[in-house]
Amino acid sequence: MDLTEFLVKTATIFVVFVLTLVIAMYSTWAERKVAGFIQDRMGPNRAGWGGLLQPLADAGKMFFKEDFIPALANKWLFIAGPSLAMLTALLASAVIPFGSTFRINGHEIVLQGVESNIGILYVFGVVALGVYGIMVGGWASNNKFSLLGAIRAASQNISYEVAMGLSLIAILMMSSSLSLGEIVAQQHGMNWNIFYQPLGFLIFITCSFAECNRVPFDLPECETELVGGYHTEYGSMKLGFYLFAEYINMFISSAIISVLYFGGYNYPGMDWVYSQLTSALGSETGHNIATLIGTAVFFGKALFFIFFYMWVRWTIPRFRYDQLMNLGWKKLIPLAIFNIIITGAAVLFLKPVITAWLN
Amino acid sequence: MNSTVSFFYFLSFLTILSAVMVVVSRNPIHSVLYLILAFFTLSGHYILLNAQFLAAVNIIVYAGAIMVLFLFVIMFLNMKQDNEEAKTNIAKIAATIVGGTVFVILFGAYRKSAIPAFNPENFDSQVGMIENLGHILFREYLLPFELASILLLVAMVGAVMLGKREIGERHF
Amino acid sequence: MISDFGYILLFIISGLVLLGVMLLVAKFLRPDNPNEEKLSTYESGEDPMGNAQIQFNIRFYIVALIFVLFEVELLFLFPWAVVFGNEELIAQTNGAWGWFAMAEMTVFIGILILGLAYAWAKGYLDWVRPKQQIPEIKSPVPADMYKQVNDRYGSK
Repeated sequence: MDLTEFLVKTATIFVVFVLTLVIAMYSTWAERKVAGFIQDRMGPNRAGWGGLLQPLADAGKMFFKEDFIPALANKWLFIAGPSLAMLTALLASAVIPFGSTFRINGHEIVLQGVESNIGILYVFGVVALGVYGIMVGGWASNNKFSLLGAIRAASQNISYEVAMGLSLIAILMMSSSLSLGEIVAQQHGMNWNIFYQPLGFLIFITCSFAECNRVPFDLPECETELVGGYHTEYGSMKLGFYLFAEYINMFISSAIISVLYFGGYNYPGMDWVYSQLTSALGSETGHNIATLIGTAVFFGKALFFIFFYMWVRWTIPRFRYDQLMNLGWKKLIPLAIFNIIITGAAVLFLKPVITAWLN
Repeated sequence: MNSTVSFFYFLSFLTILSAVMVVVSRNPIHSVLYLILAFFTLSGHYILLNAQFLAAVNIIVYAGAIMVLFLFVIMFLNMKQDNEEAKTNIAKIAATIVGGTVFVILFGAYRKSAIPAFNPENFDSQVGMIENLGHILFREYLLPFELASILLLVAMVGAVMLGKREIGERHF
Repeated sequence: MISDFGYILLFIISGLVLLGVMLLVAKFLRPDNPNEEKLSTYESGEDPMGNAQIQFNIRFYIVALIFVLFEVELLFLFPWAVVFGNEELIAQTNGAWGWFAMAEMTVFIGILILGLAYAWAKGYLDWVRPKQQIPEIKSPVPADMYKQVNDRYGSK
């Protein structure tokens, strides 16, 4: 293995890690600011300008709080639960394409932790493993509320995973590739998948709300019924892991939505910008600046979806459990299958017609 | 020894260790977690064989779906350590005989099986990729594929039948 | 290709290291003086009753079973979706490949929809809901007014 390549990759992984953590940290701040705005109050405004240091203060609190493991709990699993939740949340960020390539001295560096040709399946697998953190933690607490919360969470996650996978299939039918980098590259310019897959997008975003346990699907931690749900017994750093994992999941799913449906780093007129920049600044600097613009566009889209999560959280009340299950099994799954059939028919009927018409 | 081979031995060691831990550990949840670890290391083996789709499927179906089912069952039965029944000697002897027989059969099968040789010159290392799998599965193995759907249907009907509830049973 | 997965392994390891360091640092920083009350299980301020040995609805288990079957179906769809729109194959077979692939998948999904429809028709996808009990009390308000209110605002 080439040493420079190894170092570059390691650095990329480090950057991806730090980026994910910082964004998740500032999502907690943004969540409170958005809540404040929607409820007509200030939100955090003491620590630093506009409360910008609030996440750091929170992190400090997590470190300094006393932490104890209930006497009847299973000690190791009690620690393993939040760690698993955090680990699975972090893992998905490995394959997200943040931008196209950087050119340094003729080397092309891909702005993506790992480019894998089963990228989507990897994300799907990590999502499937996300249940364990909650289930193990809830069971290990040996608390009735925790156990009920954990069971609810697991049931909800698996119910929505099916519909999510089925909506992914429709995307794959159009892209013929499982690699996230390839799927983004196909949405060049304004050729975004959202225009071909509006129904699939709705299903996907609903399912990602459910997978992240966000309002209106936050029944596992429904205060009125289950106190704190699966993290009733947790405190200090371990509680911090659970809460942080939720925000990381939010960022990851926003990023995946923008990659799959909104073209990732693609934006209309990118070819024009690219040619202007490369002719003005040379093929290296111009290329890099164009890539940076694309990355900024990507983050703009992802951050908008994080905002959307918050917007929904402070607007919509929570579902009842039977409504949640009905929505998952009786509406979303049949709709997703219908979407696959429609997509198949469109690819077979419309694509030849449109390509013939364009030629 | 090159790095792939040493990595293979490390993975194999980890697989066998976690498989042994599944059997040995007293706490059923620990067993399930070790089993998940075993599936992960098996996926590592698949990746070493360049069968990436299979590795992902192994994780999604076995580690992600079937193990959730196992965890549900364990939580249902609520097997805590303190109410474990003492096993009688007859049960232990019977278990030893059954286990030993299975081991002998497996060993015999292993002795008999011939590992097909491959020619490194015309061996297609891309055979485990998802595109090639799709080409083969949906053209040559079409009938088994459609039969699998019937198998799944039967399994689904069976699953539904399991859930029949007694009238008047109380649940949370 | 293998080295790509090596980086994923690196990712997992660095994630574990990060978690371990955070937990360790927190362990050294925080105070630690437990007592019996703190260590007892939380149960809304009451003394906890027994273990967390509760029976929950068998339906959770049924959902998990059906989920496993759908997950397997879904994974059959992944390779299909990749080869479905394959232009080489379509060109080779004069456009017949797309229809062929679509037909075989329609049969496959159709059989599975039968299963879903069966579970649905048998009512196994209906989540159990507690029956509303309308209490009988003597009050000056006539009973049918309650009924009207229930009809209007009762959950569907």
